[in-house]
Amino acid sequence: MGFEGIGASVRRKEDARFLSGRGHYTDDINRPGQLYAFIKRSDRPHARIASLQTAQAAAAPGVVAVFTGQDMAADNVGGLPCGWQIHNKDGSPMAEPPHPVIAIGKVRHVGDPVAVVIAESRQAAKDAAELLEIEYDDLPAVATTLDALEPGAPTVHDDVAGNVCYDWHIGDKGTVDAAFARAAKVVKLELTNNRLVPNAMEPRAALGDFDTSSGDFTLYTTSQNPHVIRLLMGAFVLHIPENKLRVVAPDVGGGFGSKIYHYAEEAIVTWAAGKLRRPVKWTAERNESFMSDAHGRDHVSTAEMALDADGTFLALRVATIANMGAYLSTFAPCVPTYLYATLLAGVYKTPAIYAEVKAVFTNTVPVDAYRGAGRPEATYLLERLVDVIAHDTGMDRVEIRRKNFIPADAFPYQTPVALQYDSGNYEMTLKAALDAADFAGFEARRAAARAKGKLRGIGISTYLEACGIAPSAVVGSLGARAGLYEVANVKVHPTGSITVYTGTHSHGQGHETTFAQLISDQMGVPIDQIEVVHGDTSKIPFGMGTYGSRSLAVGGSAMVKAMDKIIAKGKKIAAHLMEAAVEDIEFDKGTFKVAGTDKSKTLTDISLAAYVPHNYPIEELEPGLDETAFYDPKNFTFPGGCHVCELEIDQETGVVEMVNFVAVDDVGRVINPMIVEGQVQGGVAQGIGQALLENAIYDSNGQLLSGSFMDYTMPRANDLVNISVGTEITLCTHNPLGVKGCGEVGAIGSPPAVMNAVIDALKEYGIRHIDMPATGAKLWEILQANRPKMAAE
Amino acid sequence: MYDFAYQKPASVADAVKLLGDDPDAKALAGGQTFIPVLKQRLAKPSTIVDLGKLDLRGITVGADTVTIGAMTTHAAVASSEELKAKIPGLQELASWIGDEAVRHRGTMGGSLANNDPAACYPSAALAMDATIKTDRREIKADDFFQGMFTTALEPNEIITSITFKVPQKSAYEKFRNPASRYAIVGVFVAQHANGVRLAITGAGQGGVFRHTAFEQALSSNFSPDAIAGIATPPDDLNGDIHASAEYRAHLINVVARRAVAKAR
Ligand SMILES: Cc1cc2nc3c(=O)[nH]c(=O)nc-3n(C[C@H](O)[C@H](O)[C@H](O)COP(=O)(O)OP(=O)(O)OC[C@H]3O[C@@H](n4cnc5c(N)ncnc54)[C@H](O)[C@@H]3O)c2cc1C
Repeated sequence: MGFEGIGASVRRKEDARFLSGRGHYTDDINRPGQLYAFIKRSDRPHARIASLQTAQAAAAPGVVAVFTGQDMAADNVGGLPCGWQIHNKDGSPMAEPPHPVIAIGKVRHVGDPVAVVIAESRQAAKDAAELLEIEYDDLPAVATTLDALEPGAPTVHDDVAGNVCYDWHIGDKGTVDAAFARAAKVVKLELTNNRLVPNAMEPRAALGDFDTSSGDFTLYTTSQNPHVIRLLMGAFVLHIPENKLRVVAPDVGGGFGSKIYHYAEEAIVTWAAGKLRRPVKWTAERNESFMSDAHGRDHVSTAEMALDADGTFLALRVATIANMGAYLSTFAPCVPTYLYATLLAGVYKTPAIYAEVKAVFTNTVPVDAYRGAGRPEATYLLERLVDVIAHDTGMDRVEIRRKNFIPADAFPYQTPVALQYDSGNYEMTLKAALDAADFAGFEARRAAARAKGKLRGIGISTYLEACGIAPSAVVGSLGARAGLYEVANVKVHPTGSITVYTGTHSHGQGHETTFAQLISDQMGVPIDQIEVVHGDTSKIPFGMGTYGSRSLAVGGSAMVKAMDKIIAKGKKIAAHLMEAAVEDIEFDKGTFKVAGTDKSKTLTDISLAAYVPHNYPIEELEPGLDETAFYDPKNFTFPGGCHVCELEIDQETGVVEMVNFVAVDDVGRVINPMIVEGQVQGGVAQGIGQALLENAIYDSNGQLLSGSFMDYTMPRANDLVNISVGTEITLCTHNPLGVKGCGEVGAIGSPPAVMNAVIDALKEYGIRHIDMPATGAKLWEILQANRPKMAAE
Repeated sequence: MYDFAYQKPASVADAVKLLGDDPDAKALAGGQTFIPVLKQRLAKPSTIVDLGKLDLRGITVGADTVTIGAMTTHAAVASSEELKAKIPGLQELASWIGDEAVRHRGTMGGSLANNDPAACYPSAALAMDATIKTDRREIKADDFFQGMFTTALEPNEIITSITFKVPQKSAYEKFRNPASRYAIVGVFVAQHANGVRLAITGAGQGGVFRHTAFEQALSSNFSPDAIAGIATPPDDLNGDIHASAEYRAHLINVVARRAVAKAR
């Protein structure tokens, strides 16, 4: 056994299982007597359900039941709750229209559930669904973010006038306006952040089970946070107390945020299992994923920077319209507000910032957090704006960044938009990235490419994000209806092996390895004797799950606290066994020593004594070596760094070809460098996908045109390039591990680096801005419409 | 998919009979188009007649022709060294269809019978003046393709093999749909002793077509420059969220020049 502790690139323990097809996913679970649910979904973007006849479907062979929204409402089933409340500028709460589990009266997007057919087989359920007689009265639909605010636009919810969910702001408008009034120059940019479909490899699935003897419900589901689902579904939708409801999220094949939320199908199968006294399973088909998994991004913004004569940022003003889709998904309202506008300082010391955000309803799939959630939108806006400032003023894009960086000696740094950064060194990551990308030597490569008829460009993005979410009191004051602490239970077994129960959830991140390394480093136990257990509310004390790059920073810190308790107790046992004072016991990597002597006990000696307490301080100490800790973070963590993208555009076709991508990130202390590299590469792949390829396109009537992999372009290996990942470290100052989080940095930092490179490649065409995705077709049109500046002169 | 009966006949005659006896029966080759159609419930055949047992596989390389069995997979075409030496363009075309899994199931006969307007093989068949042999007759490629998803085949007619005329030089160049990887514009160029044939797939509203203006220019001067100035009107071309008709019209020229440049 080599070194397996903090800093070792240990191979992932879980991969043997995944790579050999032995993963155990929700759809792999089958319960005796199981039925299958098929959800009939609306093919209309907006319509009144004039009539819905279920009798024929219910009488079809193999069908056990057909349920509608009315049936569920009649049984006191609640609507899907929203977990975050935003307040308008005037202090009033946001509009929160009902979100029925199955549509009642109206359908509001293509994919909205209309009825569920439950049968002995999937085939029978699907066959019977064709016998449902549904008559719709079509209503005019509104699909795009901007259309939603047009006067006279169709309204998605009758009681939400003008489709505005909220009109929110942050920052000091007066100071910002004053700074603009005295600015030497103002640079303005309008930009769109394209809507994305998350497309986790494993489609969502849910299996509801009801134990007729105990009356207990179990839901197996593709979730990133089973306790949150238990809380939301139990308390708000089905009114089942926690002691009667178990939620299990077994192996989950990717989430990227889309599996955070409480979805209708989870409530449908659980409720139906109780009604029918039989297990009920639903598994999404890929086309259902496109129209029922929460989408991501979809902002339209105007950004303005006030500058003084030498390019110092004086103030930033941002107005954003964010598309919520047809209903509020679980965390949707917080994404374009507290996860977005609070990030608008970025890595810059802009002294005054004011942002207004209008969230709108449209007849589209609900939009919620997707890898990065708000922070990619903020980063894209800011890093594009900085490049446009360089373009408009003629200043060097690197120098303008350097000039405005928050200096390394300014931490902790309070931004004008609520956050306080604890640590960072943006010059350090910038320099490392520019060196690694040979930024200085670029012009020679541009010239060489030109000779081959290719337009070569290089782009940078210096970004920061806030993750490790989050201090409960802070998020509570901002509208969160939950705490965001994390929980760990560390059990040292009698013979010294360890099981750790964590409230975080791994759906591709490699927690079983990283957490085992963390425990191993501290406890001196090899990782193959450490089991990491997650995803089952019946085993884990509590937890808030995995998103917002929080698992290590928050969940890992809870483990440290639990281990501290184990060690403190172990010291007392060791002191007793070695007849020494507790203060004299030292613990180091699994060994308890009496200071200044050669007396020592192993962790196994101590655990054995704890569980077989024959010679044990039983009067003052309970037996056992099993501790639980709740950790509530003191602040967000602030990873940051610099991404550099180099690419070429084929002048004849407009197609972009990646040449090089360098990411240098400061994610705090690194537990497993290989896993960090993989996380960053995966995130960058998604970022390149957003910048060049991916686009959820609705036509003006609300039909999703890119509704399958035939039309929605996922990045493939040959769309990418080797993504070189470096890390530079400043430690997080407020958690015991010094870690910041690495899950989202790739998707946050990369899109503006790619777009800045695209626009740099078109330098001589005088292009100032292009919206994502920069497809070949789009760039070709731009090349047609513009002539190189030099040629024209 | 809907329920259906399943038959796997051992002879072409039996397959034709099964298809003829029941108008709702349908042939299955590699299933790479047909099975997705079934899964989406876009077709409801009574019987599926699996052609997998028929002896219709193999590549026969002659002096002036190459004959390929209808059930030969794209992977077999892509990996044939003998074919690569004889018609490099055809071998390359097959190597760029779909992905590994698709290439190991999908067949040449299935692709031609389906005549997807974005499929690759139809352009090769037109450019190499292919003869499509069926259970009952021989059909020239020029007569075979009759608009998108439409061919000269009768309902129960089965393609058995395809014979290509070996060109002196050939190439296939494909501008791929970024999402599906089918052709947005695919160009197969074949230089024959008696002239150049060049067919375009992916772009035309009516499916694959020969580009006679390019053919004429290339027949007198087989070089990219010969067609550089020839524009293709966008009127009869497809436009969709991936590429406008104008972009396709432009790409036809770019892709054709690239095909000519690399022809061997
Ligand atoms: C992901 C993906 C990517 C793809 N990419 C490409 C691509 O880039 N380029 C491309 O050209 N194609 C592509 N294809 C399509 C692929 O080449 C198919 O294999 C082909 O179009 C159909 O061939 P098949 O053998 O699978 O036929 P099937 O799907 O089995 O049948 C197709 C149709 O042809 C009929 N048929 C089949 N064989 C015969 C026969 N011998 N005689 C008469 N009728 C017959 C069937 O009845 C059916 O109507 C792709 C497919 C997939 C799934």
